[in-house]
Amino acid sequence: MFSAGAESLLHQAREIQDEELQRFCSRVSKLLQEDLGPATVDALQRLFLIVSATKYARRLEKTCVDLLQATLSLSTCSEQVQVLCAAILREMSPFSALTLSCDHMQNPHQLSLVASVLLAQGDRREEVRSVNQRIFAILESRQPEGPSLRPLLPVLSRVVGLAPGTLQEDQASLLSKRLVDWLRYARVQQGTSHSGGFFSTPRARQSGPITEVDGAVASDFFTVLSMGQHFTEDQWLNVQAFSMLQTWLLLSSPEGPGTADAEDRSELEGSTLSVLSAASAGRQLLPQERLRKVAFEYCQRLIEQSNRRALRKGDSDLQKACLVEAVRVLDTVCRQDPSFLYRSLSCLKALYGQLGTDAGSERALLPLAQFFLNHGAAAAVDSDAIYQHLFTRLPSERFYSTTLAFEVTRFCRDNLPLFDPHLLGLLKLSFPNLFKFLAWNSPPLTAELVALLPALVDAGTAVEMLHSLLDLPCLTAALDLQLRSSQMPSERPLWDTSLKIPGCLEAFRDLQFQPLFQHLLRTKASGSTERLVPLYQLLQPMASCARVVQCAQAVPTLLEAFFSAATQVADKALTNQLALLVLERSDVLYQVPQYKARVLRVLSSWFLALCKQKPSLVLELARELLELVGSMSNIQSRAEMFTCVVWAIGEYLSVTCDRRCTVELINKFFEALEALLFEVTQSRPSANLPRCPPQVVTVLMTTLTKLASRSQDLIPRVSLFLSKMRTLGQSPATSSVYSEEDVEAIRTRATELRNLLRMPSVAQFVLSPSAEESQCMAGPDMICSSHSFTGRGYP
Amino acid sequence: MVHAFLIHTLRAPNAEDTGFCRVLYSCIFGAEKSAEDVRPHGAERDRLLRKEQILAVARQVESMCQLQQLASGRPPSDLQAQTSDEPVSLHEAPRGVFGLAAGDPFQEPRTVVWLGVLSLGFALVLDAHDNLLLAESTLRLLARLILDHLRLLAPGSSLLLRADHVEGILSRFLPHGQLLFLNDQFIQALEKEFSASWPR
Repeated sequence: MFSAGAESLLHQAREIQDEELQRFCSRVSKLLQEDLGPATVDALQRLFLIVSATKYARRLEKTCVDLLQATLSLSTCSEQVQVLCAAILREMSPFSALTLSCDHMQNPHQLSLVASVLLAQGDRREEVRSVNQRIFAILESRQPEGPSLRPLLPVLSRVVGLAPGTLQEDQASLLSKRLVDWLRYARVQQGTSHSGGFFSTPRARQSGPITEVDGAVASDFFTVLSMGQHFTEDQWLNVQAFSMLQTWLLLSSPEGPGTADAEDRSELEGSTLSVLSAASAGRQLLPQERLRKVAFEYCQRLIEQSNRRALRKGDSDLQKACLVEAVRVLDTVCRQDPSFLYRSLSCLKALYGQLGTDAGSERALLPLAQFFLNHGAAAAVDSDAIYQHLFTRLPSERFYSTTLAFEVTRFCRDNLPLFDPHLLGLLKLSFPNLFKFLAWNSPPLTAELVALLPALVDAGTAVEMLHSLLDLPCLTAALDLQLRSSQMPSERPLWDTSLKIPGCLEAFRDLQFQPLFQHLLRTKASGSTERLVPLYQLLQPMASCARVVQCAQAVPTLLEAFFSAATQVADKALTNQLALLVLERSDVLYQVPQYKARVLRVLSSWFLALCKQKPSLVLELARELLELVGSMSNIQSRAEMFTCVVWAIGEYLSVTCDRRCTVELINKFFEALEALLFEVTQSRPSANLPRCPPQVVTVLMTTLTKLASRSQDLIPRVSLFLSKMRTLGQSPATSSVYSEEDVEAIRTRATELRNLLRMPSVAQFVLSPSAEESQCMAGPDMICSSHSFTGRGYP
Repeated sequence: MVHAFLIHTLRAPNAEDTGFCRVLYSCIFGAEKSAEDVRPHGAERDRLLRKEQILAVARQVESMCQLQQLASGRPPSDLQAQTSDEPVSLHEAPRGVFGLAAGDPFQEPRTVVWLGVLSLGFALVLDAHDNLLLAESTLRLLARLILDHLRLLAPGSSLLLRADHVEGILSRFLPHGQLLFLNDQFIQALEKEFSASWPR
């Protein structure tokens, strides 16, 4: 649809030169002065495209601009021309040459158009205030048979949103009073069709009553869920008034939204509940109070109307949106006036019980939860059921709905300060369920979950959470299988139908693997961990499907967020556990393309961070580390992790880091690393000589040197070894494995280390981490920079 | 309230990378107060910033839509032009929501609701606490109206030189960015009004 023709049109509009543009402007000016017919419309449409097509400002001829502004105020031209003039001026905004003003305007429709231009100026010259003044001038002088006020309310709503403090007290009162009229007292008769224009006498036709969404005659006052063939002015205003109600309530309240301390508020609410609101029935209500009362009644009515079975799908959708809004407005009303709380609570508890199961009705759950969160404490309401629903049922049943996923995560994020310890605990335990939202909808949900994750991290569940994060792509695959297995054939498939995976589906249904799948799909933290290795194999056919890959791409970011938070709450024991987990899982991952490499990068750097935070880690995990460096296969399968581990050993295995470090231990590590280095560089050439990255060789050499500097009996051994490195690359086997540069660099490094070892005390000083130095060490990527004079770019 | 509405091009995922994501129409409803910028070209800089913010949103929507298409396995032909007269069923069209953090690209944190129809993307940039359900149905309504009134399903038609139609629709169904609770009959009444004042 975006054809080559359109592309070229856009190109022309952007490329038009200044001179040609000014000529065109003259033409437009001429047309605006003479004729406002189709030719003018055509020209204006082109001018709009020219102005809007580029992000750089276009300078239009002054006459043209003046005429555009003048035409806006002309009541004789067609709406099409006026709209185009306004649009062009708005597209140029902000610009300083604007002379348009709304002073003395009487017509709401015109004011609306002019305001769209004025409000785009960025309030440089107090345009918001002048528009506001004009609106109220019109409102106050309202003639009963004057032009329709319909265009006015949206502008007003915008003005209030842009600058809440603009309205004066009497203006605010006036608006509240009018809103009360429009919300509560719109007529319940249908309008007649005005074929003769607004001012003609209406035909003497029987106009029927307004009906409800299910066709029944309207049972009470008019609302947005009332139906009719033709609508009257006040009914239109009813719709607009409700549409802006929430905004107005929030912005017009003297305290502003959510300023009261939660505790104070619930105390106040609790004490107010026991006082009947009848106490205030005697005196005259202030406009703001009347508005709240009417808002309350309107919302109650909407909730009742939402229970009816709508005849049309569009209306059914609207009922759901109205339900959400009604609950939100009730929440605001109760926050501003706790005397409404008692009646609201009973109404909303009933609503919760009645929420249907069709798609869309669960969206009302969120404002309900918000309401109970804000007010439940005061009424001692046990809102546990609703939170259970929110954290336990909803994610497992509707993880595939992106908007729901987004709303739930946002709800959690926004309301964290309000969660009491019990609720916070429930939230933390529900992390496996919340992860389902991310596993299925990773692109939009990643940022949201990264923001929420720190609150979910808990010392008690950190280990389990790390496993879950690493297995997220697996979870995506499992959720896909769950959908395929459970969805009715008549419904539109939510999964990728082009992907045929009968084997995986069979495995999903196989009783043998039930426990593993159930663990993966659990809704709450179980306190235990399961090794899902068998599943990785079974789900291999799904590893490259797009949704799994997208999830896999999000995991590194989440890991970063996780570790940042976990390292802050981890005690010594947990640090050890996390480090061990990192080592263990670095080789045990679901094989999604490029997943392992990306995850290893993050895990490696965090392993080092853990060691830095707790230097005695290396010593306490000595057994596991020895195992890791004891095997050649570890170099190939997880080179980056291996490199980090070896570097960490070199850095932190010393008495200065932990007094329990013995010479025996240093020797043990030394022997293991020496053997490895020998195998990699000196062993008999064979076809199976593994490709060992040169970084591994250098880190091994450096670490051996460091260890030797601490257990000086080892120095001769190391020196000998290092001197043998001079022959590296001379055997045909190694020369095919390493490039010239690599070999050269390794040799140079070996020489430097040997030279260092000739001065043992200097070596010891230089190669041991002091508190200062370890700050500037950048880690194994800059292994050469362990001291200044061997600083080279080669790792 | 809605901060901005935009229509932009949507390329199919994995298409050969030809061209850019283009914003075909955008409307920002009332600008935030400009910073205290008294330098001579402050106004132009403001405008430039707004345009770039809109383009940033369009690009993100395109990327989200493409990722969603890939993940759900919908064939790319879904996004090609239809020649039949059947109305496009918008309930099945790819759609989604995502958040924009403060400063990236707008000053305030915002939320974007988007819809992809054929090779056009429609998006609403909302304030952080708007009624999402209403925004979604409003967006569907706007897309349907624009597609119908501009007959965008017919080959060769384009919306570039008919922005006034879009403006007319917006002024009735999303005036100044105000989301309206319109039931079916109100919508019908407004549509009649619009068709009457706007020659096709």
